[in-house]
Formats: sequence, structure tokens, C-alpha cells
Amino acid sequence: MAEYRRLSINEVGDVTVVRFRDQKILDDLNIQELGRELSRLVEVENRKSLLLNFSSVQFLSSAALGKLITLDKKVKAANGVLKLCDIQPEIYEVFAITKLNRLFDIKEDEADALAAF
Amino acid sequence: MPESRWIWQSEHLIPSRDGAGRKVRREVLRQLKRQHWDQHDTFSIRLALEEALVNAIKHGNALDATKQVRVRCRMSDDLIQIEVVDEGNGFDPESIPDPTNGERREMPDGRGVMLMRRFMDRVEFNDKGNGVLLEKQRTRLPQ
Repeated sequence: MAEYRRLSINEVGDVTVVRFRDQKILDDLNIQELGRELSRLVEVENRKSLLLNFSSVQFLSSAALGKLITLDKKVKAANGVLKLCDIQPEIYEVFAITKLNRLFDIKEDEADALAAF
Repeated sequence: MPESRWIWQSEHLIPSRDGAGRKVRREVLRQLKRQHWDQHDTFSIRLALEEALVNAIKHGNALDATKQVRVRCRMSDDLIQIEVVDEGNGFDPESIPDPTNGERREMPDGRGVMLMRRFMDRVEFNDKGNGVLLEKQRTRLPQ
């Protein structure tokens, strides 16, 4: 498995559970690297079932949302499934305001999300 | 508001490169913490400041190393104002399409101004469109 600087990867059954190493997803270079690593999961490693666990994330900006949207498109193009979970209230508010809570399948916690694959 | 109401003021000129806003960001967060602003207000201000800095550095000044971004902050017991001005040509904030509409929702960018407006109480662009004033009223004073 390739090394990831911005992500931590676990496999639970067929699902790849992705956690973020940064508590604050900030700064363009970091976000670009995050985007490349997320893309690699789908385009290089051909992972079809992805769960992004946000439990460690305290802050993200709109640039990071852009990377999630790009990932969503890549997962859909590969006929995969993407879910998000454990999003803290303030960050969920960002998803709700931008109506991205309707684009993404967001679950309360990891157990809920894993059960829904 | 009389000048004496401000309990903290600062001004920074920052270069137009990625991560250059870190020092301002840290300073604003330190002041919010010192004055016991709550978690949601702090998140809101941090997000709006981040979006304004990215807009100024990346879009306004187009990462041009010869251009700078001026950031002025001031805080009273119950209000914070942050002004971010770049050296770019400016833009018309009203021309930005609603990022939640139809296919726009699946575009990876174009949400910064909307988030600033939703998380702050007042967001005003100058006439040229190269500067923005962000203002937030404190939700709760500490007990």
C-alpha cells in the first residue's frame, strides 16, 4: 500500500475507512496533497467502497470541500460508494449551508456508516 | 464606535503565497481565546478569515510575489472586525452564482463568499471589489 501523508487508511471488510491526519484542513499545498491522496485511493488503488471518518477534523475550508466533491465524482465514475461520518457540528453546518449534505451520504458514526454499505 | 471601545487592534501586510496568512490566523485565534469567545463564534471567524485570505492571495493577487495583502483587525468586548484588502483588480461579488443551485452544487469551488456571508453578521466589499470587511457580533459574553 502506498504511503499517505495526509490520510490514515484502514480496511474493515470490503470498506476502506479513511481518517484525516490533520485536525485542521488548511493551506493550499496541504489541500492539494490531500486531493491527490484521495484521488489515488480510487484511481490507482481501485478502492470502490470508501468511508471518510471526520472524527479528528476540527476545521476545514471551502478548498477542502472542493477536494471532497472531486473525490465524489471519481468514486461515482468508478461505480463505487462514498460515505462520510463523524462530522463535528460546526463542520456539518458548513455542509448544510452549502447543501453538500444532500450530495454526500453522511452518517452519524462509523458503525452506522459501515452497516449502510 | 469610539476608538476607546477597541481592546485589541492589529495590522499586517502579508505576501501573496500559500500559508502566508498563518501568522494573522494564529494572532486572531489567540485574541479570541484570550477574550473567551465561544467555540462557534471562533469557528465562524476562523472560517471567514480563511476564505477571505485565500480569495485575496490566490484570486485577488493571483499568487503574485510582488503583491501584498493588508489585514486589519480590531476587537471590542462584543465585536470583531477584520478587513482584508488585496492589490488585484477586484471582482463583483454579486456576479458569483449561487453555489447551491443545480449543477453548481457539484462544482469544486465558488463557496467562499457564501460561507463568509453565512458565518459572519456583516460582509461588505469595497467598490473596487478588492477588499472585504468582515464583522461578527459576539453571541454570548462569558459568565
